[in-house]
Amino acid sequence: MPKLYDLAHCRAGDKGDTSILSLIAYRGNDYPLLAERVSVERVREHLRGIVRGEITRYALPDLWALQFVCTHALGGGVTTSLALDSHGKSLSSALLEMEI
Amino acid sequence: MTRPLRIGSGAGFAGDRLDPALVLAERGELDFLGMECLGERTVALAQLRRRKDPSKGYDPMLERRVARLLPLLERYGITLVTNMGAANPTAAGHAVLAIARAQGIAVKVAVVTGDDVLAQIRPDAPIIEAQGTLADYGEPVSANAYLGTAALLPALATGARIVITGRVADPSLFLAPIAYRYGWSLDDFDRLAAGTCVGHLLECAGQLTGGYFADPGRKDVPNMAWLGFPYADVAEDGSAVIGKVDGTGGAISLANAREQLLYEVTDPHGYLTPDVVADFSSVRLREAGRDRVAVSGARGHGRPAQLKVSVGYHAGFVGEGEIGYAGANAVARATLAGDIIRDRLEGQFAEMRIDLIGSTSLHGRAFDSGACPYEVRLRVAARSPTQDGASLVGEEVEALYTNGPAGGGGARKYVHEQIGVVSTLIDRERVQSEVTTLEWAPHAETV
Repeated sequence: MPKLYDLAHCRAGDKGDTSILSLIAYRGNDYPLLAERVSVERVREHLRGIVRGEITRYALPDLWALQFVCTHALGGGVTTSLALDSHGKSLSSALLEMEI
Repeated sequence: MTRPLRIGSGAGFAGDRLDPALVLAERGELDFLGMECLGERTVALAQLRRRKDPSKGYDPMLERRVARLLPLLERYGITLVTNMGAANPTAAGHAVLAIARAQGIAVKVAVVTGDDVLAQIRPDAPIIEAQGTLADYGEPVSANAYLGTAALLPALATGARIVITGRVADPSLFLAPIAYRYGWSLDDFDRLAAGTCVGHLLECAGQLTGGYFADPGRKDVPNMAWLGFPYADVAEDGSAVIGKVDGTGGAISLANAREQLLYEVTDPHGYLTPDVVADFSSVRLREAGRDRVAVSGARGHGRPAQLKVSVGYHAGFVGEGEIGYAGANAVARATLAGDIIRDRLEGQFAEMRIDLIGSTSLHGRAFDSGACPYEVRLRVAARSPTQDGASLVGEEVEALYTNGPAGGGGARKYVHEQIGVVSTLIDRERVQSEVTTLEWAPHAETV
């Protein structure tokens, strides 16, 4: 079963307790597959236990990208989280573990 | 046709490398150099330093950065725009004068103040990130409004070699020089959005040239030890080409530019700064040669009525302790060690976290394959209102040396004061920015 890692790359950003995951296809031909398969529901299921709030998805076909904005995802927020990776910088790798 | 304006990015955070900015200044043929050094929490920590010593509270690396840069700025006629003023831009300006005096280089510095609104915020101010008001959090130590291009234009108009600010929206450090040079109207929202897009791409410096991007075998980046920082050639219409100094490490690619364009953007259709509501969804990125990417197409839709204010507050102390285990049954011994700590400390802290580094510390058990790593490290963290309370965490972990499972090694303990940050909004009219110029020349000094 291929993983998202095989088709796409990802960067994680943070604002307060919100993690922003930018998922981008390596090839434009793969973007429609990502847009079809990587739904909010699947990301919520995949990141359960990590993202405790809402997930909003923005589709950006010109950039071959899906933007996932995940609230309550950083253990209370970058500045007060007890987590080792308080920014959630490594969450990009977690998303790319998804099977597709 | 006139040469487009060239603006470089010399730092992506307070602790960033020094050498790439020097390479940009020396060999980048820059008109402007922007340096973004002020994270969300950095200004609150700077405010604490200012309280201890009123001559401090600016970026602790300012002297080191400016001492190396000043001769280059002067020689090549580059204007530096930076938020290294942090909680004390005026003191930062005087620190620059002291460097100029020591080096015998005439300099004019424009200091932008007015972002500090601690005296104006009230405990009943609603916060953006959650329900509730500022009163729900600890004692505020700092409150800084995000200033924008309007605050920076008069500073640039003084002809200063160095513009020093406190809290300014990161992209505005780059948009302001562009808008100044081309005389853009602050109501020309498409141009402001285009300049904001350029600033947003540049503001994290190395993250546009292969940093935070590389993945060996998948996304290879050459010569990362000597990553070049990016610059943009910006045309009068706001379109731009991103590049870096030839021969420096790193790479500028479409894939990397896409990642950075979307980085930390909570709404790609409405990226908010004090200057503009920018729509990045229409941005076009195009390869424009080796290590060159062209960017255009951002659209602007008005500007927000209010400014964001970052409020830093005391959030107590965090204590941490770590100890490592290896070989057969390492995970079981580390788990036992964590159980022992939990039994001894349970109930003493409002919040405590026990992780195994090498197994569960980043993403919990969500993706745990069950494979046993050769070595694993217990990490315990807890928050306490007092320093002594927080110290207990590391002390208990260290005591596992002689009271815990077999073969525990490499114990470490840390305690640090924690400053939390929440945001609120303030009406634009309540924030008055001001520009002060400071000058030093070999034969005259005015303040």
